[in-house]
Amino acid sequence: MSTPAGGRPPQRPASHELERYAGLFAGRTRVMKSSVMRDLMAITERPDVISLAGGLPDMSTFPPELFRRVMDGIADGATARALQYGPTEGLVGAKDCVIDVMAAEGMSVARDDILITTGGQQVIDLVCKTLIDPGDVIIAEAPTYPGAVPTFCSYQAEVIQIEMDGEGMRIDELERTLDGLASAGRRPKFIYTIPTFQNPAGVTMSLARRRRLVEVAREQELLVLEDNPYGLLRYEGEALPTLRAIDGGDLVIYLGTFSKILSPGIRVGWAAAPRPVLAKLNLGKQAVDLCSSSMTQHFVAGYFRTGGWLEQIAGLRELYRRRRDVMLDALSEHFPAEAEWTHPAGGLFIWATLPSYIDTTDLLALALDEKVAFVPGEAAFVDGRGRASMRLNFSGVTEEEIREGIRRIGKTVCAQVALFGAVSGSRHAPVSAVRRDPRPAPAPPGEPPALDPGLADVLELPRRTGGGREARRRQ
Amino acid sequence: MSRVAVLKGGRSLERQVSLKSGARVEDALERLGHATTPIDVGHDLIEQLQAADPEVAFVALHGRDGEDGTVQELLEILDIPYTASGVSACIRCADKVLAKHVMLDGGLPTPEFYAFNETAFKELGAAAALDVIEGRLGFPLVVKPAAQGSALGVKLAGSPEEVPAALVAAFSYDRKVLLERYVDGREFAVSILHSADGKWAQALPVLEAVKRPDDHDFFAARYEIGRTTFTCPAELPFAVADEAQDLAVAVYKLMGCYGLARVDMMQDAATGEFAVLEVNVIPGLTETSLLPQAADAAGISFDELIARILQSAAARP
Repeated sequence: MSTPAGGRPPQRPASHELERYAGLFAGRTRVMKSSVMRDLMAITERPDVISLAGGLPDMSTFPPELFRRVMDGIADGATARALQYGPTEGLVGAKDCVIDVMAAEGMSVARDDILITTGGQQVIDLVCKTLIDPGDVIIAEAPTYPGAVPTFCSYQAEVIQIEMDGEGMRIDELERTLDGLASAGRRPKFIYTIPTFQNPAGVTMSLARRRRLVEVAREQELLVLEDNPYGLLRYEGEALPTLRAIDGGDLVIYLGTFSKILSPGIRVGWAAAPRPVLAKLNLGKQAVDLCSSSMTQHFVAGYFRTGGWLEQIAGLRELYRRRRDVMLDALSEHFPAEAEWTHPAGGLFIWATLPSYIDTTDLLALALDEKVAFVPGEAAFVDGRGRASMRLNFSGVTEEEIREGIRRIGKTVCAQVALFGAVSGSRHAPVSAVRRDPRPAPAPPGEPPALDPGLADVLELPRRTGGGREARRRQ
Repeated sequence: MSRVAVLKGGRSLERQVSLKSGARVEDALERLGHATTPIDVGHDLIEQLQAADPEVAFVALHGRDGEDGTVQELLEILDIPYTASGVSACIRCADKVLAKHVMLDGGLPTPEFYAFNETAFKELGAAAALDVIEGRLGFPLVVKPAAQGSALGVKLAGSPEEVPAALVAAFSYDRKVLLERYVDGREFAVSILHSADGKWAQALPVLEAVKRPDDHDFFAARYEIGRTTFTCPAELPFAVADEAQDLAVAVYKLMGCYGLARVDMMQDAATGEFAVLEVNVIPGLTETSLLPQAADAAGISFDELIARILQSAAARP
């Protein structure tokens, strides 16, 4: 078996251990994303690390007494039903809570329009399962929800990401992309967007763009998947109508979840979709898990019956607003002048962008030495963009942790900025002449002026000039 | 049957890979009839080792602490026999700059390079020398941290403008970085295994990492599922494969490695010459790792591989 060093060992047509399994894997596993970044992210879960990388709501404020009362209510009246299978579309009691939540966001919906799911994530999966053949196009925002990327990839979709600015997705850019696809004989299966307090960018799509997006969807008969986990977590300003409210439910598949307004541990979300789509989603869900947990659907219903859910959310809003403000203050204090960040009016995240010479995946390694973590921007892109950005969560950490965490990240960023100066020497012009104070950015052609222009280029994405809708219409 | 402590995990960036390697080693050791104690290396390493009182420590700890001689030194102090290379070989190999100097001094080929620490840039104005370095190495050139074992922090700079950012990235992982001539060609890994009695080292079949033809992301390719396929034995003429194996064994011996190691090398497409990039003294032992694939190609099952590595620990001269 063994041969001396340098000799040729016996060669045989190998049934390698790896290949034994590899031959059995589906083709789609080859496009499932796995990267060194994932290994880095695993380290962020160490208990000694202040993690601003999560997306967790703070569950510590949920009163144990309330939990007990809800569970007692289930035990008293619904033990057998809570322990039984339920209908695939969900229990009526949970659907009625969905109707209440959607009403609070200005939408009316019927029970038959709703599919209760195992978290909002399942809606993304079911929509892909229902609509996507390998190679089909999904339009998403740039950056997009990092948790949607592996789902899109596992269905072998081609994801095209549309630039954003302070008003959300650039609809002119979207239309150009749709035109480009059309001229190649293609059209996307759906447009995925988080219009309100976007994850990870923290920006909100303006009313004008919401209206235009719905118009475009109607003109071209495209489905829109509106992901709205945070709509009720607004800390300032007036609520905007959801895409579904504007559209009335013709072409918008609405994704909601109790994760951020009640609990992520119960895994209850929902889809409200056009009936033919809903029927397919239902079939898909039957294949996946038959039904979502009856027990936690009863928990939702019991919790809503206590009548305090809006006050509970008001408490969360107050808590998160303070934490957001602490993080914004800490960013101003500890991040260098070259950095920019969003000022989210709600939600859980701030998106910070550093000078282009800093790669936030590498920065994370340095930050982990300082026992602090964030999500590197590249996680929010399928195409390698976003490397100078990071997502920072403020909802799941204490004010003290936020201050200390941002101080530590700021320290590593400042060290990188100084080092860049040292390694650049005199031959490179200073790259990072980025202003700190917001000032109006020029409105792109065909677009209304930015409502919050200070945010307009925090996403640090290339600006397009000319063309746009006007150019297309002239053709 | 022996009492074996499996050292894994730790605080390095390669923690996840190490946990996988360690778990797989534990399974194999148990199948072989040994009593194993898994140890996730942390603050209480010494206490854990003393409590476990192992006859042998199996080092499955990658990266910092596991490959730089740190745990090996502690195991020496505690007088616990351990698998793989000793302290001095670990120190030589974990520092890529030192390893390359040892290779050059020993007359073995490694791509031309220059190395700096942060101080050189911050206090000695080393940036002024970059033009000269770039002139000598040409573009593209590779920038990497001296100490990092995985692809993290390794960048390909295509022009002078890209060099500073690549340096900043590499300095995220280590205080010392190197700029290295990029070798355009095929990428090979030759794994070396000592005999159970520790008397001689065997080169396993040459493994080639083949990138998808459309993939230009030099390093990411190696670490994302499906972006790279591995062929073992590599499709090479016998004489050329022999040459790669002989070179790997020579490097292994020069470094003073023991037990097992993996030597990564490039074959220059223009000249056909091999050049050694680095030596991994604690190579991965996961399902997808290269050394177990090479052992399999040599007809050595994973359990046989683990048995042999364990036996060689006891036979360390």
